[in-house]
Amino acid sequence: MATQTTNIPDELKNDPRVPEDLNNNIFITTLDKIYNWGRKRSMWPLLFGLACCAIEMICTAASRHDLSRFGWELMRASPRQADLMIVSGTVTKKMIPQIVRLYNQMPEPRYVVAMGSCATSGGPFKEGYNVVSGIDKFIPVDVYIPGCPPRPEALLHSFVKLQEKIEKQSIRTVRWYTTGKTDNGMLVPYLGPDLVDLRRADEIKQKTAL
Amino acid sequence: MSEVTATPAKPAAKPAAPAAHGAAKPVAAAKMTPEMSAIAAKFGGAVEAAQYEGLLVTDHSKFIEIATYVRDVLKYNQLTNNTATDYIKDGVIEVVNQFTRVPQGGAPLTLKLRVPRPSGHDKTQPVPSLCPLYPGAEFQERETYDMYGVVFEGNPDLRRILMWEGFNGWPLRKDWKEAYYEGDTKPFESRWPGGDHKLAEERVPWEDNVNYPPGFDPFAFKPHPDGDIYDSMLAPSDGTVSIDNGHGVAPTIVEGLNASEMAELKTDEIIVNMGPQHPSTHGVLRMVVKLDGEKVTDLKLALGYLHRNHEKIGERNTWLHNIPYTDRLDYITGIYNEWGYVLGVERMMGLKTTDRVEYLRVITGELTRLASHFWAIGFLLNDLGAFFTPALYFITERDLIIDLLEAVTGSRMMCNYMRFGGVSRDFTSAQWAMARELAFERLPRTIDELDHFLTENEILKARSIGTGYMSADRCIAHSLTGPCLRAAGIGYDVRRADPYGYYDRFDFDIPVLYNGDVYDRYLVRVQEMRESLKIIQQALNQAETQSKVGDIQGGKKAYNHRVPAGQCYARVETPKGELGYYLVSDGNQNPYKYHIRSCSYINLNSMKEMAVGQKVADSVVILGSLDIVLGEVDR
Ligand code: SF4
Repeated sequence: MATQTTNIPDELKNDPRVPEDLNNNIFITTLDKIYNWGRKRSMWPLLFGLACCAIEMICTAASRHDLSRFGWELMRASPRQADLMIVSGTVTKKMIPQIVRLYNQMPEPRYVVAMGSCATSGGPFKEGYNVVSGIDKFIPVDVYIPGCPPRPEALLHSFVKLQEKIEKQSIRTVRWYTTGKTDNGMLVPYLGPDLVDLRRADEIKQKTAL
Repeated sequence: MSEVTATPAKPAAKPAAPAAHGAAKPVAAAKMTPEMSAIAAKFGGAVEAAQYEGLLVTDHSKFIEIATYVRDVLKYNQLTNNTATDYIKDGVIEVVNQFTRVPQGGAPLTLKLRVPRPSGHDKTQPVPSLCPLYPGAEFQERETYDMYGVVFEGNPDLRRILMWEGFNGWPLRKDWKEAYYEGDTKPFESRWPGGDHKLAEERVPWEDNVNYPPGFDPFAFKPHPDGDIYDSMLAPSDGTVSIDNGHGVAPTIVEGLNASEMAELKTDEIIVNMGPQHPSTHGVLRMVVKLDGEKVTDLKLALGYLHRNHEKIGERNTWLHNIPYTDRLDYITGIYNEWGYVLGVERMMGLKTTDRVEYLRVITGELTRLASHFWAIGFLLNDLGAFFTPALYFITERDLIIDLLEAVTGSRMMCNYMRFGGVSRDFTSAQWAMARELAFERLPRTIDELDHFLTENEILKARSIGTGYMSADRCIAHSLTGPCLRAAGIGYDVRRADPYGYYDRFDFDIPVLYNGDVYDRYLVRVQEMRESLKIIQQALNQAETQSKVGDIQGGKKAYNHRVPAGQCYARVETPKGELGYYLVSDGNQNPYKYHIRSCSYINLNSMKEMAVGQKVADSVVILGSLDIVLGEVDR
């Protein structure tokens, strides 16, 4: 176990509640630790590729880099079964409503990795009229990886970083276990004369008023 | 390049005599080829020599007649390229059509049409569509409409294709400016030489990459309904297939029922949407199929989910800037895309390369062909149900090729290797040894193994023989190129049809098969891999004796290139088909027009005809056999 654990403490050794043959097989840890330990080693990424970076993502999952060493190899094509969205490529305005919808369909806890410069900021295509300057304008991102495309090692590094982040979360404080604070997901933008972010609708109306 | 441009078969591919640097006028008129003279003689007043290249059809009412003559008498049976150029100073939009002879090849024939530039966001006057003559024109005309607002009268489905219906403006027009617009050409004055470190977001009013027309009310606006693509397919059909594509027009038969019982059964038709997020659409392609039972009765594609505005950005970049962008077109085959582009610019500039450069280009280019075919076959098998086992083996092999390319160029996928007149680096002796080991030892074994385990596999054969058939004539009419065309019995390969590079120095075959189905497409790819290996082996051997190590730049090394005014259509045979670059220069440091004739995109044109009448599971296989890469489809 990577989390901190201890063997059974001495004072418990003679405790009648612990059968003798289990004496050396009991570990004590916190619920958070055991829970996060399981979670971080069994992420199910969404099988979802956008552009060139997706090729490197596939290579990461293939034999040489072998994502399953981290327990992350089970890629699901349905967002309902996924924990992690790897945004692997250029996010276009035409595609962003679908991406936000996919994100909303993922059950909590859900994580997002922005893979490559395109997903981070628009990358080489930033100035393009159909390109969104980074996925974080619409959905929250946990880890950003630079690169065009990032090497498979860099993608693996992002997973390690995400594992570190998961380790720090506590069942008591995370939002998705607190009552009354359900996350309804993000607002899905729509395609008008340009991409319309509904969170800014009032501002748009004011600024374009004749 | 001297051998290439001197080939007698292609006089029109040479750039016209360059005008003085920087001057837009006077413009050289096109040189007349015998075919152009024949058209001019027959249609006297309706045509004239166009600017730079080709014929300008001045009488639009004669256009279809001329195009019919071009197709039936002059035998230019394939429409290669359709695009437009916005000559804002002259107040015209020029529609460009390029025709080629398949399989003979040779220089393409160019026919142009000019329409006055409308003001604002208006559409142009209608021009005749080529769809009735060349069905392959459909997607290309839709793209030209989408980008320039040129209306093609007679196109069966003239909707926006890369952007969405309702988008404000025609993006490739020269006076259309996007939100992050900073200047017409790079390097931007605001950033150079002093440096301006403001983010794009800080410079624009919306602090984001958006722009809205005045009076736009986001609460009242009704977005164009996404469902109209379904509605357009809802017209009732009787379960028979209206396109005669060789699958016959038989209605669905359920075993044990006779015809009258079958008619009573009245099976329901349903519409199924696949994509843009779907594991078997090879990226963000969206496919809408209408099904009767399991049989596909109609199919529509929705594209543009990866439209990254390559061409608009390309027109602003300097010539050199564009090389790394071409890597991101068909990102499995980066180097080969670069080759097409530098070939075009070299022809316009009249640049010479060295022997070493040509050999290195062939070696790296053919290595990417191998990598691409490994990928294509692996993922075709995925679609056939052999989920990831073959793909994993082939990705391992591809990784070895990529390792070599990375060692040489510095990047795994986005190699940025070619330069105008040269390449960026030579192989070191260790890398050369690596290449030899791959070409002579490792890869031949892998391909034998692949052949041994897959080709006679019963499931592969059962699923793919007879699936996705398309006849040779229809393939040509649909502008299909690449392995799919060669699997239908047409030996058309740009490496032979319109030669470039040093391919004339190698002994290799163009594999051709005749059944036109998915299985033959697979076989053609396997055989092409063997031929590629032969080419690489010969190139490695010849380069050792016939070229000087380190001689990797013909002409002067330069960062800023001025390309003489003119135009050029350069094409290469990538693993996916004919990749063309239509370039227009006005003598400046930036391309005036930069268009990519994308084979993945145009090959998709025939998808509907191949899939209608087949099972829905087969449509996925057919898509896999076309081997598209979305970066190139949507650009
Ligand atoms: S970051 Fe680079 S490699 Fe990744 S999607 Fe963007 S252009 Fe492609």
